[in-house]
Amino acid sequence: MTFHITVDGRPVPVVPGQTIGAALHAAGVRSWRTTRFGGRPRGLFCGIGVCFDCLISVNGRPPERACLLEAEPGDEVSTA
Amino acid sequence: MTSGAMPHDSGPHGPEPYDLVVVGGGPAGVAGALTAALAGLRVALVDSGPRLGGQYFRHPAVPGRAAGLDRFLRQARALDARADVLLRHQVWAASREPDGDLLIHCATRHAAAPTRYAATPTPNPSATLRDAGAMRRDGGAMREQAGATHRDAAAAAGGAAGAGREERAVVLRARRLLIATGAHDRPLPFPGWDLPGVLTAGGAQALLKGGGVVAGRRIVVSGTGPFLLPVASGLAGAGARVLGVYEANGGLGLARHPLLALGKAGEVAGYAAALARHRVPYRTRQAVVAAHGEREVEAVTVARLDRDWNVTATHVVECDTLAVGYGFVPQIELGTQLGCQTRHDVDGSPVLTVDATLRTTVPGVWAAGEPVGVGGWRLAELEGRLAGRAIAADARTAGIHGTARTFRTAGTAATSGIASTADTSGIASTADTSGIASTADTSGIAGALPTVDAEPSGAPATSGVPATGADVGGARAAGAGVGGGGVVAVVPPVFARRRERWRAFGEALQRAYPVKPGWQGWLRDDTLVCRCEEVPLARVREAQALGATDARSVKLLARPGMGWCQGRICGYAVSCLAGEQPQPPRRPIAQPVTLGALASLAAPDDHPAH
Ligand SMILES: Cc1cc2nc3c(=O)[nH]c(=O)nc-3n(C[C@H](O)[C@H](O)[C@H](O)COP(=O)(O)OP(=O)(O)OC[C@H]3O[C@@H](n4cnc5c(N)ncnc54)[C@H](O)[C@@H]3O)c2cc1C
Ligand code: FES
Repeated sequence: MTFHITVDGRPVPVVPGQTIGAALHAAGVRSWRTTRFGGRPRGLFCGIGVCFDCLISVNGRPPERACLLEAEPGDEVSTA
Repeated sequence: MTSGAMPHDSGPHGPEPYDLVVVGGGPAGVAGALTAALAGLRVALVDSGPRLGGQYFRHPAVPGRAAGLDRFLRQARALDARADVLLRHQVWAASREPDGDLLIHCATRHAAAPTRYAATPTPNPSATLRDAGAMRRDGGAMREQAGATHRDAAAAAGGAAGAGREERAVVLRARRLLIATGAHDRPLPFPGWDLPGVLTAGGAQALLKGGGVVAGRRIVVSGTGPFLLPVASGLAGAGARVLGVYEANGGLGLARHPLLALGKAGEVAGYAAALARHRVPYRTRQAVVAAHGEREVEAVTVARLDRDWNVTATHVVECDTLAVGYGFVPQIELGTQLGCQTRHDVDGSPVLTVDATLRTTVPGVWAAGEPVGVGGWRLAELEGRLAGRAIAADARTAGIHGTARTFRTAGTAATSGIASTADTSGIASTADTSGIASTADTSGIAGALPTVDAEPSGAPATSGVPATGADVGGARAAGAGVGGGGVVAVVPPVFARRRERWRAFGEALQRAYPVKPGWQGWLRDDTLVCRCEEVPLARVREAQALGATDARSVKLLARPGMGWCQGRICGYAVSCLAGEQPQPPRRPIAQPVTLGALASLAAPDDHPAH
């Protein structure tokens, strides 16, 4: 019963109920943004919405916490 | 499809406040909300997550894997049938109205009260906790029919047309508040701790429990405390190769683990056996002191430590993932916003001061679970129930004295208004769930909460009453305020003793697994202390050299803790570096909230409250 989201134009499978962060992590994508000053790669850290490391823009919306946001079919994200 | 949009949104000007709003849907919050709802109070429970469970009961694991899960699921179902459960609602502030009512300010991207649709009592208990997933799936199907763009459709479903996925404000008015917001991991900084692939221990656990995702293939677990054990055995059981569990403290070893002394041999033996089965080495007085890699963690430096955690020897372990945790930080912002007094727990964490009935120092505000001191899910659940009882007694007193406060009796609990929500939504596929109230037969409810009352109490009725070591004064005074029977009536001795025992156990663990100062020596000048603002140790030291003698001035000068996480992640470390105990948070906002949500708050009448 999986569906797909699009990550940098490439399909990534999602188990319904999974967050964007979990789906990316499961697909081996473990960083999806860089920091403002040092350009350091960031992905999941606290996993529960506390640290804000995992911010990601979904479908062009303002960044949200990937560890909280449940993926929906057709979601598009970019790790650039 | 209009009304019902927000039956739960009593709004700042709403006519009927809840008797109780509970923030937090973990073991503490659910037990508290259910206890109060069963006593006939009009209850709403708010949680930012997509389903009830909190950290421990996150996601329905295979029954049997999480002790107590079945029972929790029954509680969650019973609660859903007789209270307003608002999931995916983040509470960002709590405030007091001039008339004494409390306002609970939430932000959500969800319209309506979607949980009602998904709360169908089902023969498969795990399906209920998957409520959110199920709901979204149902919703998805329905959305396609409606032709709405996805993410907008939840709104359409609930009738709040046009709400879209924009964050909006929901304000709950309440007579009483129960703070059951749990805790988050307490990480320590070290070189490379911000590399992708380095996760908090709780984060790795949440990923596994919530998303079914194993954090990596070759995983190192490090930090301190008994929590490392379930994390490591969970990962190993799910197929990861756990290369080692490095416990920075030592001396106790698994055999003399304090859990054993408290008759929890089974639980520890279970983890120990699981680790042994997967050939996971458990090493005490060792810890990961650095992570290495280009774009991800590729290896870690494991150090032998002396008693104070100074490094005495090192070796390198290749791995793709590190799970690291040094205890927990209780989330107490809502309490401090309302002026609740705090105290320092055994491990130095600021926690809310409560009496034996879990009442804080602010009238109408109770707290249970991790915000009053880290002690595990069993204690959290027990405290939730005690708080629920105390709150019900308080409501009864208010009712007896004939104040303006309405007090509802069991038969008129909030569910009636909700059922109509489900009806008005007119969604065929979910309409059947509108019968929640009727299907939640009383036998099921009675079985939902285990009746500790039924246990032989053994001791004279007064023995367990005096405040425990963990309680700070005021127990009797509060008891008197609770009405006729005082503390004894509200907190049966058997509960009080049990809580005392478990609190003592939690404190013993905190004492057995302290954070020792040697970790500061693991940092290099360029090691980030604050991940958000990218503040390295050198800049913290610079600020100190410039005269910043306490954590607050360090923060103002060097900006650690001024970023998105508001110091939640680095606050503990910065306090230690400044040589002081962590102070209670002064965050005016418990959760970040968008300007849009604030704007919608300013114009509450915009809400489809009709
Ligand atoms: C990430 C993590 C994973 C853990 N995993 C385990 C485990 O596997 N096993 C174990 O024994 N212990 C685990 N623990 C310890 C656990 O915290 C306790 O044992 C237990 O869950 C405490 O119960 P509680 O009801 O006090 O809080 P929690 O279970 O933490 O519940 C608190 C709830 O409040 C909600 N909340 C908090 N703030 C807000 C807000 N502002 N607005 C809306 N909702 C809010 C949260 O979403 C959460 O659902 C974990 C802790 C963490 C931080
Ligand atoms: S991983 Fe910390 S907020 Fe998402």
